[in-house]
Amino acid sequence: MKTFMNKLAKLKIGSTLALLILTGIWSIPTVGLLVTSLRRRDMAEVSPWWDAIFKPLEQAWSIDAYTNSLASGGMFNALVNTLVVTIPSVILPLLVAANAAFAFTFIEFKGREIYFAIIVGLMIIPLQSALIPVLRAMVAFQKATHIQLTGNFPSAWIIHCAFALPLAIYILRNYMLSLPSSLIEAARVDGATWYQIFWRLVMPMSVPALASFAIFQFLWVWNDYLIAFIFVGEQKAVMTYRLLRMLGQYGEGWQDVAAGSFISLVLPLIIFFSLQRYFVRGLTAGAVK
Amino acid sequence: MDPLLSDVLFGIFAVILGTAATLGLYWLLDRLVHLFPAKLQDRIKSLGFLLPAATLLILVLVLPLINTVVWSFMDDKVKTFVGFDNYIALFTSPDFLNILFNNLLWVLIVPAVTVALGIMFANLGNQVGPTREKIFKSLIFMPMTISFVSASTIWGYLYVNPAAGRPKIGLLSALVEFFGGTPLNWMQIDTGRLNTFLLMAVIVWLQVGYSMVIISAGIKAVPEETIEAARIDGANGLQVFFRIIVPQISATIMSVFVTVLILVMKVFDIVLAMTGGNFNTNVLAFEYYKQFFVDSNLGPASAVVTILLILIAPLMWLQIRTVRHQESLR
Repeated sequence: MKTFMNKLAKLKIGSTLALLILTGIWSIPTVGLLVTSLRRRDMAEVSPWWDAIFKPLEQAWSIDAYTNSLASGGMFNALVNTLVVTIPSVILPLLVAANAAFAFTFIEFKGREIYFAIIVGLMIIPLQSALIPVLRAMVAFQKATHIQLTGNFPSAWIIHCAFALPLAIYILRNYMLSLPSSLIEAARVDGATWYQIFWRLVMPMSVPALASFAIFQFLWVWNDYLIAFIFVGEQKAVMTYRLLRMLGQYGEGWQDVAAGSFISLVLPLIIFFSLQRYFVRGLTAGAVK
Repeated sequence: MDPLLSDVLFGIFAVILGTAATLGLYWLLDRLVHLFPAKLQDRIKSLGFLLPAATLLILVLVLPLINTVVWSFMDDKVKTFVGFDNYIALFTSPDFLNILFNNLLWVLIVPAVTVALGIMFANLGNQVGPTREKIFKSLIFMPMTISFVSASTIWGYLYVNPAAGRPKIGLLSALVEFFGGTPLNWMQIDTGRLNTFLLMAVIVWLQVGYSMVIISAGIKAVPEETIEAARIDGANGLQVFFRIIVPQISATIMSVFVTVLILVMKVFDIVLAMTGGNFNTNVLAFEYYKQFFVDSNLGPASAVVTILLILIAPLMWLQIRTVRHQESLR
C-alpha cells in the first residue's frame, strides 16, 4: 500500500491536473480560431464554434475560408510582402549589431562604458518618438533625389534595422563577453587583425546568440503593424495590415479573418517549435545572470 | 511583369545586394582605418566596427527623438513655436486626463498580473517531470509568437456579441448567459472600465509565457543547498518558496516586471484593433497615432509622445542600473 501511495505521489496528479486545466484555458482562444477558420460561412454565422467541437460529425468542414482569404482577402500577396519586409530586416541589423558588439566587447576605446550605457538606455525608446521626423526627412529626401523610400520596402528595413540595434548589441555583447578572451589574445599575438578576428573567430563562435536574436527580430518584424502601416502602407500591404482591414470590412465574416490570422501564424509557429531552445536562451540571456 | 513577382525579385535582390553592400562597407572601413599611421590607427580601430551602427542610431533614433521634443512646442503644422500651449491643452482636456488614467490602469494591473501568473505557472511546471513541463510550457508560451493584431482578432471573436435575435457566437456572452447574466456589447461597456480590463486580458494572455519562462529559469538557478537547508529546518513548501526562493530571484522578477511595464506603456495595436480607442479605452500611444494620422496635428502628437518619453525615462535609468548590476556579478 505504501509503495502504491509513493507511486501515486510520484505521478503528481494534483499538479498535472492543474497544468492540464491551465493549458486548456490558455489554448481556448487559439483552438476557437482554428475551428472557426475551418467552418463554412453559413455555419460560422449561426452557431458558436464550440458546437463544432461537441458535434464534429454534424459539421460541414471546409477550407473555403483559407482559399477566400488567400485570394480575395489578399493574404497571399500580403504573405509575400511580409517576407520581403522581414528577411532583410533580420539580416541587416544582425550584421551591424555584431560588428558594434564586437568593438564594445574586445576593443578598448575612450568612453566605451558610457556609450554602452547610452545604448542600453536607447533600448526602451518608443518607436513613436522617431516616426514623424523620420517620415518627414524621408519625404524631403525623396523630393530632392526622386528615390522613392516611403510606400516601399527599404524605408521599413532602415527603421527596423535601427530600432533593433540597441537590443541586438546588448544581447550579442553579453554573449561575446562569455567567449574565452585568451583565444582572442592568442590570435592578436599571432598577428591577426581585428577584422580577421571578428570574421574568423568571433562570428562563428557567436552563432547561438545570433540565432536567438534572429528569431526575436523575425517575430518582431513579422508581427509589426505600425512601421509597416506608416512606411510601406497600402500598396504593398503586409499581413497585419491586411488582417486589420479584413476585420473592419467584414465584421461578420469571422471565418475568413480567422483563416487569415492562422495563415499569418503558421511560419512563426514553425520557427517557434523548431528553434524553441534558441528562443528561450535569447530571452534568458539578458534577464537571468 | 506581375507586381507581386517583381516585389519578390526586388526582395531577393535586396537581400543579396544589401548583405553584400554591408559586408563591403565593413571591409572598406577596415581598409580605411589601415590607411592611417600606426599610432592613430590604434586610436580609431574601433570606428571601423562602430561607425555604421552609430550612424543609424544617431540618424534614426537620437536626432528624430530630439526633433520630436522640439516639435512638441510647435503648432499643428510645426511652423511656429507655441511654447507650452500643446501641453496646457492636453492637461486641461478631460479626454487626455482620461487617457492618462487608462495608461495608469494598464501599468498598475498588467505587469503585476503577468508576473504573478508567471510565478505560479513556473512553480507548477517545476513540480512535474521534464516531459510534462516541456509540453505545458510550450503551450503557454506559444501566444508569444502571435501578433497583437492576430491576438485581437482571436479575442475579438471571443468577445463578440451579435445584435439581439442573432445567434450568440461569442464565448464570453455564452458564459455570462450560462451563469444567468445578460450578454452585453462588451467592447462598449466602460462601466468600471470593463472594456479596458477585457483588452488587458489579451496582453496578459500573450505575455505570461515570457514571464513564466524567465522566472522558471531563475528558480532552477537557485542553489539546491539553500532549499535543502530550509527543509531540514522544518520549513514547508510555501515557506521555502516565499522565504528562500523568492528573495534569490527578486532581480529576475524585477527585470520581467520592468520589461512588461515598458511594453504596456506603449500598448497600441490592441486598442487600435479592438475598439479604435473609442468607448473610453484610449491610451497614450493610440492618442499619438490619432493626433498624427487622423488629425495631422504634428505639434500635439509630438507632445503626446514626449509625455510618454518622460514617463518611460525613469525606467531607462532602472534598466541601466539592472544591467550594471548584472555586469558586476560577472
